[in-house]
Amino acid sequence: MTSYWKRNQLRLAPWLFLAPGAAMFLVYVIIPIFQSLSISLYDWDGLGIATYVGTENYVELLDDDAFYTSLKNNLLWLALYMLALPAGLFIAIFLNQTVRGIRIYKSLFFFPFVISQVVVGLMFSWFYAPNFGLFYKLIEWVTGDGIAILADENYVTYGIIVAGLWPQIAYVMILYITGLNNIAPDQVEAARLDGAKGWKMLWHVILPQLRPATFIAVVVTVIGALRSFDLVSIMTDGGPYGSSRVLSFYMYEQALSEYGFRMGYGAAIAVVLFAIMMVFISGFIWKMWRDETER
Amino acid sequence: MTQLKTGAIALAAALMMSGSAFAQARVLNYNADFDPTPLAAFQALIADFEAENPDVKVTLNNFDHEGYKTAIRNFLTADSPDLANWYAGNRMAPFVAAGQFMDVSDVWADNGLSEQLASAKASMTIDGKQWGVPYTYYQWGIYYNKDAYKAAGVEVPTTWDGFVENCAKFKAAGIDCVTTGSKALWPIAGIFDYLNLRTNGYEFHMDLTAGKVAWTDDKVKATFAEWAKILPYTTENHAAIDWQDAAALLVQGKAANYVMGNFAVATFKEGGMTNDTLGFMVFPEITAGLARAEDAPTDTIHIPAGAKNVDDAKKFLAFVARADVQTKLNAALGQLPTNKDSTVGDDPFIAAGFESLSSAYALAQFFDRDAPAEMAKMGMEGFQEFMVKPDRLDAILDRLEKSRDRIYK
Repeated sequence: MTSYWKRNQLRLAPWLFLAPGAAMFLVYVIIPIFQSLSISLYDWDGLGIATYVGTENYVELLDDDAFYTSLKNNLLWLALYMLALPAGLFIAIFLNQTVRGIRIYKSLFFFPFVISQVVVGLMFSWFYAPNFGLFYKLIEWVTGDGIAILADENYVTYGIIVAGLWPQIAYVMILYITGLNNIAPDQVEAARLDGAKGWKMLWHVILPQLRPATFIAVVVTVIGALRSFDLVSIMTDGGPYGSSRVLSFYMYEQALSEYGFRMGYGAAIAVVLFAIMMVFISGFIWKMWRDETER
Repeated sequence: MTQLKTGAIALAAALMMSGSAFAQARVLNYNADFDPTPLAAFQALIADFEAENPDVKVTLNNFDHEGYKTAIRNFLTADSPDLANWYAGNRMAPFVAAGQFMDVSDVWADNGLSEQLASAKASMTIDGKQWGVPYTYYQWGIYYNKDAYKAAGVEVPTTWDGFVENCAKFKAAGIDCVTTGSKALWPIAGIFDYLNLRTNGYEFHMDLTAGKVAWTDDKVKATFAEWAKILPYTTENHAAIDWQDAAALLVQGKAANYVMGNFAVATFKEGGMTNDTLGFMVFPEITAGLARAEDAPTDTIHIPAGAKNVDDAKKFLAFVARADVQTKLNAALGQLPTNKDSTVGDDPFIAAGFESLSSAYALAQFFDRDAPAEMAKMGMEGFQEFMVKPDRLDAILDRLEKSRDRIYK
């Protein structure tokens, strides 16, 4: 036994160190994925007996207006959340200077990311609130007629995305600030000697060096957009009449909320969301793998 | 180190002492979802129960009201208490069907509850058995601001046509005739319930919530046609506000009428209204000659199937059902006792509710308790969409009808 351990120590040690993490990952991520896949084939209220229904949940999904609304909103979230990248970069460059008290400004800009999403949601709900909200009053003052953003099916999703962008921009900003700290000063110096400045400098010298930061920023933004749930739940509860739902919220509503408990249908929505996420995740993994092997 | 040791010994001793204190009394675990006022009322009730049964100690675990609705599914299966709050009607059906609630027909039989709680018996009965005990219910109706009526110079209406006529005058005075906050959806289900009960009657309403008639039925459309009459006079942006925000509008006199349950009286009065400014009326008649039915949601206590102390739990149910206990409890709750031998206080809203419910032809629970959960959710979303976009009615009803086929099969 000891001799086996001695002979294979080098080969076994990494696996031993990986074991706790791998076990957690298996129990809390991998196994639930397959459980969700299997539950999505059943009709089950979470209490009684589950009956096998095959692909019926998916067939129903294809004919469900609420599902398409959620899907459309998810795509909107994905597209508009990307605005956090240029906005975060702009603020990072703006703050990347040495003036007195810059650290205070940096931390103030970072503040929205520190506070809880629930608080962000509540603040924006009051901001938009009809009759007394600041934004409502502002619109009323400009146009003469206030708009209750969160009660209008056409604006509600945009209203929530703006609330979500606020902390997301702060997050992206901090990623870029650290990135900017690592920029090689000699390259900037050399570029300056060659006469580069302004946009040229940004595009050809700064941005290429920020590529790792950009990659991380894209990853967290895409994932942040796809798992948007708390803001929808806090600000509108998916309303008015379901027009601000996203897939993760619809899944929660169907499977776990007061009027739901259709575990199978909820699981089917989860599987669809998982498939969408998988497209991005495999893309990211492929890119990371390529970067590693290139070196 | 020695300090640590003595500390540990002291802790162990304290634990043992508290353990022995519990050992003397039989523990009754009670999971509930009370807001502050009902919580105080129930703490008094529990004290009375413990005084009568000195060998029983009731441990009340109070949950957040909304969180309770999902928590109950976890604790019933995982760590079952001896008593749990829930609601009558279709709301308890999933738990009964899954065998999570205990049959308590014997409590009803042994204590003559079938006669004393006659008004609530039907809503507690599934498959001919009773699955819990009701302790309170409350009326729904229209609460109105008397000052707003004075400001618009109109009289409290006695008919639906009169109500709708008033609305135009309220609008001229810059007052919302009807207010509501539909962010949480359920407040508008009360409006639908009443419009449907008054337009088509109790039997049709029950058939509709039980899935026996189509949502595309002409009678349903007639209900929505009545609703359309008051939509232009309903608070704008109701979809973005909670019911408490709409209550504030009524308190401030910016709105005149509010279809609500009696629990809202506490909120109105906190806002500064008094018995002189707050009024209550039964929802006016729409179709002449129709027997009058009312919404009266009933709150109930059940014994989970996994209860450990069933004997004392049944004792508690019998205690809660008793006439004198319900009189005292409901006086503190500001609601109506379900026991017919109980008496009500002289609060004008309680008296009006008692009058309204005891003379009613039949009682409905509430849309989201009469209809299965899923249909309730779809329905209420449909009502909200109708209130914002009335021209989409046909599409909404088609969608509800499609869901009906699936949900009730």
